[in-house]
Amino acid sequence: MNATQSHVTRTTSTARAAMLFGAIATAILIAAPWWAGRADMRLMSELFLYMALASLWNLMAGYAGLVSVGQQAYVGFGGYMLFALTIFGGLHPMAAIALTPVLGALVSVPVAILIFRLRGAYFAIGTWVIAEVFRLVFAQVLALGGGSGSSLPVGIVRSLADSRSGREALSYWLALGAALLVIAVIYLFLRSRKGLALTAIRDNELAAGSLGIDIWRTKFVVYVVVSALTAMIGALIFLQKLRISPDAAFSVNDWTAFVIFIVVIGGIGTIEGPIIGTLVFFLLRETLADLGTIYLMVLGLVAIIVMLKAPKGLWGLVRERFGLELFPLGYRVEPATGKKED
Amino acid sequence: MHEPILQIVGLSAHYGDFQALYDIDMTVAEGEVLAIIGANGAGKTTLMWSIAGLMRNGADQVRYRGEAIGGLRADQVAERGIALVPEGRQLFPSLSVEENLIIGGQVGRDGPWSLRRVFELFPILQERRKQASTSLSGGQQQMVAIGRALMANPDLILFDEISLGLAPVIIRDIYQALPGIVGGGMSAIIVEQDITKALSVSSRIYCLQEGRVSLEGASDTVSREEISRAYFGIE
Repeated sequence: MNATQSHVTRTTSTARAAMLFGAIATAILIAAPWWAGRADMRLMSELFLYMALASLWNLMAGYAGLVSVGQQAYVGFGGYMLFALTIFGGLHPMAAIALTPVLGALVSVPVAILIFRLRGAYFAIGTWVIAEVFRLVFAQVLALGGGSGSSLPVGIVRSLADSRSGREALSYWLALGAALLVIAVIYLFLRSRKGLALTAIRDNELAAGSLGIDIWRTKFVVYVVVSALTAMIGALIFLQKLRISPDAAFSVNDWTAFVIFIVVIGGIGTIEGPIIGTLVFFLLRETLADLGTIYLMVLGLVAIIVMLKAPKGLWGLVRERFGLELFPLGYRVEPATGKKED
Repeated sequence: MHEPILQIVGLSAHYGDFQALYDIDMTVAEGEVLAIIGANGAGKTTLMWSIAGLMRNGADQVRYRGEAIGGLRADQVAERGIALVPEGRQLFPSLSVEENLIIGGQVGRDGPWSLRRVFELFPILQERRKQASTSLSGGQQQMVAIGRALMANPDLILFDEISLGLAPVIIRDIYQALPGIVGGGMSAIIVEQDITKALSVSSRIYCLQEGRVSLEGASDTVSREEISRAYFGIE
């Protein structure tokens, strides 16, 4: 192919169509309090928060190679900070939610310095141990209910909005906004120079190091930002639940195992993967929930089949077959023969 | 002779129990082009990695402009002005040609090399700048690897196996571009299996054999017989 007769573009017509579709879908979703039922809104809120958690875990594991099984530490920490800041700090819940990423970042710095000494499987185990330490520490705080936990006082809940429907709409919008924010932050970060460096590290750590990229610092920044935003998502999760306990807040099953499942079946190392994975996970959960423990066995089976048959996840399959890219990070050459490929 | 930019003193390197380098002594003068030859497994790449910080050594075993750098990380070595064109190119497949080059400039050192100048040196890269780096031919990928290292504006550039796996016509093109690269006072170490090419561009040559320096001399005076003996270890 003669390169001079072709033109180069970052966006694809698929990406433009996806953007238009995304904008329309977002507008419809924003209007959900006027068309959706209470239960549907709760389900969608949960879906958005899982989407955010999965996108964050994917940035850390899929791009920075930090395979953590301890992100429940920050989900639980964020949840507890919401309760502590509103109950003891007297802050408005919105102010508390805005503050949780700052606190999450602060607490993740010493944790990172400690666990970055570990590599591979030891790093994964180390993150889990840290999360257990968090759980045990918060179980000791009697003011927050100790091991049995506590509920968000009615006065604080009412300060969000006067009516129940107003509160539910606000909490729904917060979940939707958080998912959009997290995906936008990740997309813009990966398109920036720092994101370029992160992609270079993922592609070839050795070459990246010899070109002057400080691998430790890049991974450290990713870990701290991911942990900060995970803490914020944690605060939103427990704003939905209105009740917190150490076992629920620091659950490895709820906040890490399911998240890893989502990312793996969706496609690790892509922005689209966690989005698709979350939709598939909720579809499976909602259709199989009545089966009890068999539901978990089906999830395990799906994960194993996807890992064996489509190691790049469902999005990897779609991309290979149709060449689609919804969040174009790289460039592509389009032949100028009048025939548009898509 | 100018002050050495790089001094290697008693350098030994190990992979676990296996010793790859034994007590290497070597100097590179400011602005000098040095060639290193040797058979496969002689320790050439290990030596490049040791200089570039990809293998840690005793701090004093590698000195750069008088500073002990043997114990520094690769990115710290790169910041000081040493760039590596690694064996096998090692481009970033997810990034375009231009993005690969931009990554090279991340160290932020001032100097004559910029995206524009790299494109002047290798015009084909400008045409292909938005393409995925892995969609290029082997020779063009080597140009990206060289351009990427130049973008760091190094004072010392290390070419590891510069012509390995490339077609003769591409090797000729790359060697034709070399004077334009090192002519500006940059020092260089070129690791090369092609002895004739190595002698043609360098002022001095080192031969490695089983991790030891088996020959050191000026490129224009060292004889073919001496090189053969040092290269193959034939007495």
